[in-house]
Amino acid sequence: MAEAVAKEKVVKAPKEALFSKKNRKLITDPLTDNNPITIQVLGICSALAITAQLQASIVMAFSVLFVLGVGNVVISLMRNIIPSKIRIIVQLIVVATLVIIVDLVLKTFAYELSKTLSVFVGLIITNCIIMGRFEAFALANTPWKSFLDGIGNAAGYGIILIIVGFFRELLGSGTLLGVQVLGDPIEKTGLYAFGYENNGFMLLSPMALIVVGLIIWVQRSRNVALIEEH
Amino acid sequence: MEHLELFFKAIFIDNMVFATFLGMCSYLAVSKKVDTAVGLGAAVIFVLAVTVPLNWLLDQYLLKEGALVWLGAEYAAYDLSFLSFIMFIATIATMVQLVEIVVEKFSPALYNSLGIFLPLIAVNCAILGGSLFMQSREIPNLGLALNYGISSGIGWFLAIIAIAAIREKIRYSSVPPALRGLGITFILTGLMAIGFMSFGGMLTGEDEGNKKVAVEQAIQNDEVDKKVDEVVKEEEVIEEKENTTALIQ
Repeated sequence: MAEAVAKEKVVKAPKEALFSKKNRKLITDPLTDNNPITIQVLGICSALAITAQLQASIVMAFSVLFVLGVGNVVISLMRNIIPSKIRIIVQLIVVATLVIIVDLVLKTFAYELSKTLSVFVGLIITNCIIMGRFEAFALANTPWKSFLDGIGNAAGYGIILIIVGFFRELLGSGTLLGVQVLGDPIEKTGLYAFGYENNGFMLLSPMALIVVGLIIWVQRSRNVALIEEH
Repeated sequence: MEHLELFFKAIFIDNMVFATFLGMCSYLAVSKKVDTAVGLGAAVIFVLAVTVPLNWLLDQYLLKEGALVWLGAEYAAYDLSFLSFIMFIATIATMVQLVEIVVEKFSPALYNSLGIFLPLIAVNCAILGGSLFMQSREIPNLGLALNYGISSGIGWFLAIIAIAAIREKIRYSSVPPALRGLGITFILTGLMAIGFMSFGGMLTGEDEGNKKVAVEQAIQNDEVDKKVDEVVKEEEVIEEKENTTALIQ
C-alpha cells in the first residue's frame, strides 16, 4: 500500500496548484490511514461477495470510482439548493442514476461479467461509502475538492478489493485475471508438480471476511495509532 | 410447503449477512451491544416485510417486460426494468420515512426503541438487496414475496444478535491488540459464515439444487467448471426460452 501512495505523489506533484498539499492529502489519506474499508468501516456490503476473482474486483473498483467521483461533484454542485430534510432522497436519486449508467454500460460491453456481479452492481447505490462521502464531504465542500475526495476514497476502497481479489483468486484457483500463473493443475506442471493444490476454500464467501480481517491486522500492527480499545 | 422452504432457505442457506454480505456496514457498526442490535434487527425485519412486497408489485405491474399490459395491449412491448434501481430505492426511502412518521404517531415506545435506526435503514444494503434478490430470483407471487421479506429479515436479525452477543463476551478475552475491534469481528463473522455453510444441505429439492448450482457457478466460474458451466447455461437459456414462450401463450 505504501508503494501506491508514493506513486500517487510522484504523479500528482508536478501539476499545477490545484494539487496543493492539502488537496493531495484528500487523495492519499483514504488510501492508508483513513481507509474506507479497514478504518471507517464503510462499503463492505457490496464489496466482499465479488472478490473471488481479480477481474470482478477491478471492475467493481472502477465502477465505484466512477460513481463516487461523479456523484460527489454533482452533490457538491447542488449542495446549496438541496433542502436538508429531503437530502437523503436526492442523494439516492443521484447515485441510482449513476449506477444505472454503470449497469447499462457493463451489460452492453461485458455481459458475462455483469452476470457474475449480478445484483452487486445495483447495490453500489446503498454502498455506505458513497452516502457517507456525500454526507460528510460533498455537502460541505467545493466541487474540485469533492472530486478529489471521491477519487481518493474510491481508490482506497478499490485497493482493498483488489488485494482481496488477488489473494483469493491466486490461492483459490491458481489464476490471475483468468491466466494460470502457478502452472496447470490437471497436467501437473509448475508448482503443481511439487504436490501443490489449490485451496478451493478461498473461493467461498467466508474467506473474504477472514482475508479482510487479516489485512486489518497487518495494517494495525504497522500503525499502532489505529488500534481500537474494543 | 413452498412457503416453508423459502422461509428456511432465506434464513439459513441464503442468510443475508453470511452468504451475501448484505447490510455489513450497520452489522459491524451497531453490533457492540445486544440491546441496540435487537432494535436494529427488528427494524430491518419490519422494513423488509413492507418494502419487498411493495417492490414486488412495482416490478410486476410497472417495470418488468410486458408488465404494462394492464394499460392496454399496445403497452405490452415496454420494458422498464432499467428503471428498477431508481424505483426500488425511491420506494424504500419513502417507505422508511413513512414508517418512521406512522410509528412515531401511534407507538412512541416503539419509536423510541427503533427511532434512531429507521433513517439508517434507508441506506442499509440488506433492504435494497432484499428487493433486488426478489427480482432476480423471480419470486412468483405476492405471498412468497412477503414471506421472503420477513424471513430474510429474520436471518439478518439472527446474525446481528449472534455477533453482538459474541462481541460483548470477547471484551473479556485477550485478543491481539492489532486485531481488537474491527479485525476480530471480521474474522468471527467469517467463522460464523463457515458454520452457516453447513446449512447448505438442508434443502435438497430438485429445483433448489439447480438454482444453487447456477449461483455458485456464476461466482466461482473457474476453469475446471467452465465446461459444466456452459452446459448448465445452455440448459438455462432453453429453460428461459420455454418460460417466455409459456408466458406468451
